[in-house]
Amino acid sequence: MVSIDGRGDGKSLIRARGLGKTYRRGGEEIHVLQGLNLDVDAGDFVAFMGPSGSGKTTLLNLLGGLDVPSAGSVTVAGDEITRMSGAKLTAWRARHVGFVFQMYNLIPVLTAFQNVELPLLLTGLSKAERHRHVETALAVVGLTDRMRHYPRQLSGGQEQRVGIARAIVADPTFLLCDEPTGDLDRKSADEVLDLLDRLVRDHGKTALMVTHDPLAAARARTVLHLEKGVLVESVAAGNAR
Amino acid sequence: MKYLHLVVSNLLRKKTRTALTAGSFAVALFLFGILAAVDGAFKQGVDVAGVDRLVVLNRVSIIQPLPLAYRDRLARIPGVTKVTFANWFGGVYQDERNFFPQFAIDRESYREMYPEFVVPDDQWQAFLGDKEGAIVGEALLERFKWKLGDRIPIKGAIFPGSWEFNIRGVYRGRRPQDDTTQFWFRWDYFDERKTFTKGVVGWYVIRIANPDDAVRLVKVIDEQFANSPTETKTDTEKAFAASFVKQMGNIQLLIMSVGSVVFFTLLLVTGNTMAIAVRERTRELAVLKAVGFRDGFVLALVIVETMTVAAVGGGLGLGLAKLFTLRGDPTGGLLPFFYVSPQSIASGFGLALAVGLAAGILPALAASRLRVVDALRRI
Repeated sequence: MVSIDGRGDGKSLIRARGLGKTYRRGGEEIHVLQGLNLDVDAGDFVAFMGPSGSGKTTLLNLLGGLDVPSAGSVTVAGDEITRMSGAKLTAWRARHVGFVFQMYNLIPVLTAFQNVELPLLLTGLSKAERHRHVETALAVVGLTDRMRHYPRQLSGGQEQRVGIARAIVADPTFLLCDEPTGDLDRKSADEVLDLLDRLVRDHGKTALMVTHDPLAAARARTVLHLEKGVLVESVAAGNAR
Repeated sequence: MKYLHLVVSNLLRKKTRTALTAGSFAVALFLFGILAAVDGAFKQGVDVAGVDRLVVLNRVSIIQPLPLAYRDRLARIPGVTKVTFANWFGGVYQDERNFFPQFAIDRESYREMYPEFVVPDDQWQAFLGDKEGAIVGEALLERFKWKLGDRIPIKGAIFPGSWEFNIRGVYRGRRPQDDTTQFWFRWDYFDERKTFTKGVVGWYVIRIANPDDAVRLVKVIDEQFANSPTETKTDTEKAFAASFVKQMGNIQLLIMSVGSVVFFTLLLVTGNTMAIAVRERTRELAVLKAVGFRDGFVLALVIVETMTVAAVGGGLGLGLAKLFTLRGDPTGGLLPFFYVSPQSIASGFGLALAVGLAAGILPALAASRLRVVDALRRI
C-alpha cells in the first residue's frame, strides 16, 4: 500500500515525513521538494511521474541516501537514514538499495559479469559464492549467454538488463529506477518493464521508478504525480494511461 | 586482490595513454640511472677511499715531488703502520684519446696498501721478477684486448722517451665500484730510466693504526716537515679524492638540477594525465560510490593506478639503465667504472613511486570528494 497523507500505519518499508529539499542558486532559493509525506509497503511497485523539474529524481536521491534533505526525515526498514553519517550511509546503500539508471552506467572496461559482480566485492562472500550470485542475477535478466561481453558489445536493452542484474545481485531491500526505459526503444523498454514487473511479482522486490513514459508508469501498481515539489495524487496504475 | 581487475582494466582502458605515461616514467628513470652511474663514477674515489689511509703531498702542488727520504721518517711516526709511494706517469698509448692512469709504484709495499685490488701471487711474482713488468686492471685489459705477456709501448709525455712494459699480471677489484682501469709499473725502473729529478716520489700513502687518530696524525706529519725545503700537505684519502671531484665542478649539483627538472616536468605531465583520466570517469566513479564503495576506496583506486604506472614505467627505465651500464663504459674508458648500484636503483624506484603518489593525490582527492548526485547530474 502507498499513501501520501502522512498517516501510514507504521508498518511501511519506506517512510518519508515532511521531506523538503531546497537549492540555492545565486541569491535565490529553489524549493524542489516541500513537506512531502510518503509511505511505501514492502513488495510495492511505485511510479513517480511529473514534468521536468518537479523533483522526481531529487526524491529518488533522498530515498536512496544519495542526497540529504533540507528538512524532514526518511526511514527505511526502521533505520532513519537522514541521521546517518556519510560513511554509514554509503554502507547502508550497499546493503539496502539497488540503483537502475537511465544511461545504464555500466563500467565500459568491465564485462557484464564483472559489472554485476561490483556490489558483491563489498561483501565478505568468497569468489565462488560471488560467481554463483552473479550467474543467478544474470539468469534472472536472461543474459547468461552474454556474461563475457563488454557493454559496447550489447544492445541498449541488454545493457539495461545488466544494470538491473547489478541492482539485484546483492539482494537489496528495494530498487530505485531513474527513467530505466528513457533511453530505450519500445520493444527493449517493454522487456525491461516485464523484468521489473517479474522482480516485484515473483521475487517480492520493492521498486520505485521515476518515469516520463505513461506506458511504463502503467506497469506499476501505484502512480504518484509530483508537481512543484509536492505529491499531488495517488492513482491506481490502470488509470495512469 | 579481488579489486585487481578494476585497476588493470582501468589502466588498459586507454592503452596508448597508459603506455605513454609509463614511457615518460621509463625515460626519466633511465636518465636517472645513467646520471647516477656517472655521478658514482666521479665520486668513486671518495666512496671507496680507505678510512685508515692518509695521502701525503707536496704542499706547493700535487705535481711537485717529495724526497724518497721521507719514507723512513714517515714510517717512524707513532701510529703509522705502513708507507708506500707512487708517481704519476702520464704517458700516451698509441693515441692521446686512449687515456688511462699510469702509476709508477713501490713494488715492496703498494700491493699490501691496497688489499681491495687482488693480484694472483704467481703474477705478482712475475712482476717482481721483470724490471719492465706491469700490472693492469681487468677493465683496462678488456678495453684494449691485451693479454698476459703482451709488450705495451707507452710514449712518455712528462718523462720523455719510448717506454715499453710487459704485462705480467692483472688485478681485479673486490667490489664492483673499484677502479680497474689503472696501469702499474715498477718505480725502481722508472727512477732508473728517467733523466731528471731522481730520488723523488709523487706522493706517499700511509696506513694508520686507528682511523679516529687521523686528524691528529695529519697535524703531526705536516709539522714534522714544516719549515723544510719540501713541506707536506697531508689529507685523508677521502678528502684527497673529494678534492679531485671538486676539480670536475659540482657534478652532483648538475645531476640534481637536471634530475629535478625532469621529475618536476614528469609530475606535471602525469598529474595532468591523471586529472584528465579521472574527469573522463566521473560518472563511473559516481556509480561506484552509489552502489556502496566508500570515498577512501575511490581515493585508493586512483592512487594505486598512478603508482602502478609509475612502478611499471620506473622499473622499466631503471632496468634499461642497468642493462645499458652492463654493456660497459660508453666513454671508452674515461670513467673508472660505470655501474648502477642497488642503492641507486632503490632510490630511483622510491622516487618514481613518490612522483606517482604526488601526481595521483590531487585527482584522487577530487574523485573521493565527488558528490554522487552532482556527478550524475553533471553529465
